Amino acid sequence: MSDSAQPQQSLYAAREPIFPRRVSGKFRNLKWIVMAVTLGIYYVTPWIRWDRGPELPDQAVLLDLAHRRFYFFWIEIWPHEFYFVAGLLIMAGLGLFLFTSALGRVWCGYACPQTVWTDLYILVERWIEGDRNARLRLHRQTGWDLRKARLRITKWTLWLLIGLATGGAWVFYFADAPTLLRDLVTLQAHPIAYTTMAILTGTTFLFGGFAREQICIYACPWPRIQAAMMDEDTITVGYRAWRGEPHKHSEEVKAGAEMGDCIDCMACVNVCPMGIDIRDGQQLECITCALCIDACDDVMAKIGKPRGLIDYLALSDEEAEREHRTPKSVWRHILRPRTILYTVLWSLVGIGLVFALFIRAPFDITVAPLRNPTHVVMSDGSIRNTYDVRIRNKYGEDGTFRIVASGHPAMIVDLEGVDGKTVTIAPQEMKLQRVYVTVPAGTGPALAERTDFRFWIEDVNSTAREHKDTSFFGQGN
Amino acid sequence: MSNKPSQLQKGDPTTTGHEWDGIQEFNNPLPRWWLWTFYACIAWGIGYTIAYPAWPGISAATPGLLGYSSRAEVAEEIAAVETRNAPVNERLEGVELASVGDDAELYSYAVSSGAAVFRTWCAQCHGSGAGGVQASGYPNLLDDDWLWGGDIDAIHQTIAYGIRNEEYDDARYSAMPAYGDMFTAEEISQVVNFVQTLSGGTANDPAQVEAGSVLYADNCAACHGEAGEGDITQGAPNLADAIWLYGGDYAALTYTVTNARFGIMPGWQDRLSEAEIRAVALYVHQLGGGQ
Repeated sequence: MSDSAQPQQSLYAAREPIFPRRVSGKFRNLKWIVMAVTLGIYYVTPWIRWDRGPELPDQAVLLDLAHRRFYFFWIEIWPHEFYFVAGLLIMAGLGLFLFTSALGRVWCGYACPQTVWTDLYILVERWIEGDRNARLRLHRQTGWDLRKARLRITKWTLWLLIGLATGGAWVFYFADAPTLLRDLVTLQAHPIAYTTMAILTGTTFLFGGFAREQICIYACPWPRIQAAMMDEDTITVGYRAWRGEPHKHSEEVKAGAEMGDCIDCMACVNVCPMGIDIRDGQQLECITCALCIDACDDVMAKIGKPRGLIDYLALSDEEAEREHRTPKSVWRHILRPRTILYTVLWSLVGIGLVFALFIRAPFDITVAPLRNPTHVVMSDGSIRNTYDVRIRNKYGEDGTFRIVASGHPAMIVDLEGVDGKTVTIAPQEMKLQRVYVTVPAGTGPALAERTDFRFWIEDVNSTAREHKDTSFFGQGN
Repeated sequence: MSNKPSQLQKGDPTTTGHEWDGIQEFNNPLPRWWLWTFYACIAWGIGYTIAYPAWPGISAATPGLLGYSSRAEVAEEIAAVETRNAPVNERLEGVELASVGDDAELYSYAVSSGAAVFRTWCAQCHGSGAGGVQASGYPNLLDDDWLWGGDIDAIHQTIAYGIRNEEYDDARYSAMPAYGDMFTAEEISQVVNFVQTLSGGTANDPAQVEAGSVLYADNCAACHGEAGEGDITQGAPNLADAIWLYGGDYAALTYTVTNARFGIMPGWQDRLSEAEIRAVALYVHQLGGGQ
């Protein structure tokens, strides 16, 4: 053991409960609006209907895992088009980079589900148990009496109901919402639906009600990465120490120094959902929810000082502000090489995805030459190559497709098990059709080592057609 | 190392006493729930090694209280698949082979399971792509030339009983005489030169063709036909087409006429189930040459 004079401290520490005080102001109002919009989108989206014809589901946003389709309004994504999802994830990542480097942790402070649901849970908590001081008293009350039990049970019940609604809305994204709701209520839904709801109810209850800021500090990787996204030009929540210090209860003021604007009222600390003191400077725990700005502005107004002792600011402005020069404009902070680069990259991926979306055909094909053996000699001496042609009919009805080989006039196309040159495929199905290409003995492709040609798959009912290039192997091979 | 937390304020956690270039390391305590989770994982890990096979021994690992085994799980899954496939196999055994194609679901099942049977039992000789091996006389199953018949029933018969084996009385049987014992080398050369012209090719020595045609008519035409068209009832190959089981050049034909060939295929009647034989017959039939 160490023989230092340091006191022995425990290896672990219990969570210090945080009781954020109620606050009002423009950022609090903005957060209410964001909460209403994000929760609204979350709960309403599965109920939007979208007509796709009789064969396909009419839910606007549906992750149909059983049939391996993702429906998003007019867009329908098949498993082989997963690059759309990958592209959207890359855009989401770049978007987060952009917002973090421009405006700090706005995602964490306003839109992250952990923040939104915790905010909602704190709202319920305050509604049942009262504001900060009442909740502190209740927390410190050691014994359980009827009142404490009633308040706690009411609060937990409401939390559980919110959790249930969260998990309940989640499963609607994976199945037809009205049908699933009926099944859920009549206890006929699949066990997976109930299990998913139970897990999400539990995690929402625990994360929103009890773990709260611990999720941000210990579980989430994003705060660690964000430090690399931010620099001195990032607009983030900060304390104008040059204006506030020395604060009222500091050693300097006690020694007779002139006091700064900070009267050490602790309003900023009391409203903080992360339980930190913004006056300590930039810190990992701060999610830049801006509630301390509202709290401080309120106090500044009361004591007749200008607002903005705690404010959205760029750290690089400090010097100019100290000297009462005009700091750089917000736009000059935001528009800098890295944010421009993120915007450009984000736009490029977006343009690429939109482009890919528009060139998609209503069916698609793959052609795989069978090269075991490379070619077959038929009894009349003609040479045959075999190809596995897969056609995916993305129409909502039967599709009939003609298979044509173009490249040499001698090539004859035959389809295994089919008379004629067309193949009919059920709606939304993929069919593997073995295709034979035969050339008579002695013709060019029969003698050559290899002849390149092109398969055209033509939709008989429209002008749509798709092609794939492949090769014919002859006796020279 | 310095142990002077000069920057620290009252209430801050202690430091570990480590310092590099003025950077000190805090000795922050872990959150209590984190530590409990850690202990719970250890407890879970111990329980897991008791419940499941874990500790390696000399010949086997500890079996675990739950008696779980991945082999048993695989065996169970295979048994489950077999149980699930039993009705469709029964259906496959109960219908006329030629009419399986009318039932799309049954046909698709038969071709898929036939492909698996083929890769397990047939690919060793015929190749995984069914292209055969000419040097060894393993027939190519992709072309339209059949020694013993290429309709589905003939293919089924061949697979069930094989060719020229001693296992089955119903095995396909025929034997070409080895003309090395009966012909002189010159007579063999004459026959070979004639056979080369049967399929429209050119003879090595056109002068011998006429003499060869006489020998052919007397000795070979009984089985291979006047024009070399072959006879599938006795497995006599068609000599007039472009396909040669053992090769169609002068040297290969000379070897064949001199020594004869006697290709053997085992029968599968007792090794595979009837459903498997039917499935693989249907698979072979749809490879491109089925009649």
